Amino acid sequence: MSKSRKMLSLPFLFWSALFILIPLCMVFYYGFTDKNGSFTLQNLFAIATPEHSKALWEAIKLSVVSTIICLLLAYPLAMILSNIRTAQKSFIILIFILPMWMNFLLRTLAWQTLLEKKGVINSVLSALHLPALNIINTPAAIILGMVYNFLPFMVLPIYNVLIKIDKNLIHAARDLGANGVKTFLHITLPLSISGVISGITMVFVPALTTFVISRLLGGNKILLIGNVIEQEFTVTGNWHLGSGLSIVLMLFIIFNMVLSVVTDKDGEANAI
Amino acid sequence: MKKFLCMFLCMVLAMQALTGCGGKKTGENGVVYVYNWGEYIDPETISMFEEETGITVIYDEFDTNEAMLPKVEAGASKYDVICPSDYMIDKMIQKGLLAELNFDNMPNAKKNIGAQYYEQSKGFDPENKYSVPYCWGTVGILYNKTMVTEPVDSWSILWDEKYQDNILMQDSVRDLFMVALKLNGHSMNSTNKEELEAAKNKLIEQKQKSLVQAYVIDEVRDKMIGNEAAIGVIYSGEAIFTQRQNPDLEYVIPKEGTNVWIDSWVICKNGENKENAEKFIDFMCRGDIALMNFEYITYSTPNTEAQRLIEDEDIRNSKIAFPNLDDYENLEVFRYLGEEADAMYNAYWKEVFSN
Repeated sequence: MSKSRKMLSLPFLFWSALFILIPLCMVFYYGFTDKNGSFTLQNLFAIATPEHSKALWEAIKLSVVSTIICLLLAYPLAMILSNIRTAQKSFIILIFILPMWMNFLLRTLAWQTLLEKKGVINSVLSALHLPALNIINTPAAIILGMVYNFLPFMVLPIYNVLIKIDKNLIHAARDLGANGVKTFLHITLPLSISGVISGITMVFVPALTTFVISRLLGGNKILLIGNVIEQEFTVTGNWHLGSGLSIVLMLFIIFNMVLSVVTDKDGEANAI
Repeated sequence: MKKFLCMFLCMVLAMQALTGCGGKKTGENGVVYVYNWGEYIDPETISMFEEETGITVIYDEFDTNEAMLPKVEAGASKYDVICPSDYMIDKMIQKGLLAELNFDNMPNAKKNIGAQYYEQSKGFDPENKYSVPYCWGTVGILYNKTMVTEPVDSWSILWDEKYQDNILMQDSVRDLFMVALKLNGHSMNSTNKEELEAAKNKLIEQKQKSLVQAYVIDEVRDKMIGNEAAIGVIYSGEAIFTQRQNPDLEYVIPKEGTNVWIDSWVICKNGENKENAEKFIDFMCRGDIALMNFEYITYSTPNTEAQRLIEDEDIRNSKIAFPNLDDYENLEVFRYLGEEADAMYNAYWKEVFSN
């Protein structure tokens, strides 16, 4: 029984070896070697140069802001979703997931067309004699792109833990005289924290590493750490430096993961 | 299993027989592996080549010189014919990646390509041993006549505060620095630290005054057509296309000089089909074929026979497609500057972007 069960995981093990483990080993190999193949830590320490640390700082700043905005938008939405009737609920979730049926790049390009100076939004605004919206090629446009693209990754894990909360707990709190705010703070929020942490990770990590959004909506004017790494691979051809910086970025992400594992003891939030 | 294999082979044979009727059978004379820029050939010409010679073309595309090089260097995919730009050809020659060409096998390349283009190629291929020019052009300023009313003749307009947030710059290191180096009166192949430092400061100044709307490559075309920006730095080959779409656009070569670039066919040393590769290059140099390609991609052709055959008089005499290079001063061809200089450029580039 257990042996045949193990056999079932073979395809996935093969998959992860081929597409996760081997590439990861290569990143580590390149990250810890120089052009001549000898061991070095310089590629990792390169993060300390003013350009790289600034790019990392910019990336952290933008992704933290987007994560917070996502959280503020997603939590109330997840609460509403978890409280409404089933038929409506699946429809709303469908609306929510619908944009994800289209490719991520296309959706971001669409925002470019919407936000451009002579774009769709500004044409409408100028037809209504309203002042033009000038956020394309600014950090605001990048944050908009991040929030738009990653919001579902915040909503779904939170929604998932919220529907599992025993409604009797909430009823009991209300029976015992707690008002809405108190019930939320003492019952709903603590019980949903695992979903929140999981959502934060799922938004923060891709936002931190993205390079496409900053290129398409930021006009390449704001250098994020993802852009630096991408350019080391595609333009500059210094794979060693690119890998070294990737490893540093991975350390950040692992730190974030550890945080979420520690708080999310029952692992419910990951079960989406 | 054997039966299946047998059937499969029969099917392959049958298919070859079916597709091969008319002209020569495709593939009967082997294959040639071609690696070219994206959107840089009329696909019809490839089919014509296959039909006339019986050589199968395996065609791949790249989007930057820098992305192409590691693939060729690694040698896993053995390309025969590649079409890199000037400075990259220089680099590939120095790295010993290219094979010498035998022009006796390529009469069209000898006859049809204008002598001045071979002369220009000497900047990166001193003895004209390794490359046959395919497309060439300049880099200049594309501006919108409705937004820019003053005469445009200098790179300095890209630093004019009137056009704040209205300027598109190139997002590739050499092209970006070329503009600033030329404006400062220096060579765009400079490896002088002070000159590069000055160019970097110029670019940072331009960025900090928010003159630049975006750093882009191919998108310059669409943004200029869509009236998104007043001024953009663009390749001359795109200029004809954009003007067709938006007649308000005008292209100029700045008086401080610019980059004259050439993309040329070269043959890889580790390719296995040198004979077919030479046939392919020669075919592309045929007047009618070069004309088809010119009309398809609108990048200037160095093929004098094709230039003669162009029917549209406006295009044939177009100063954009075929500028008389003697009219301009300080035109230069990019050279490969060595790894150290490359690293220096990249470091300065990063500084520009992090400011």
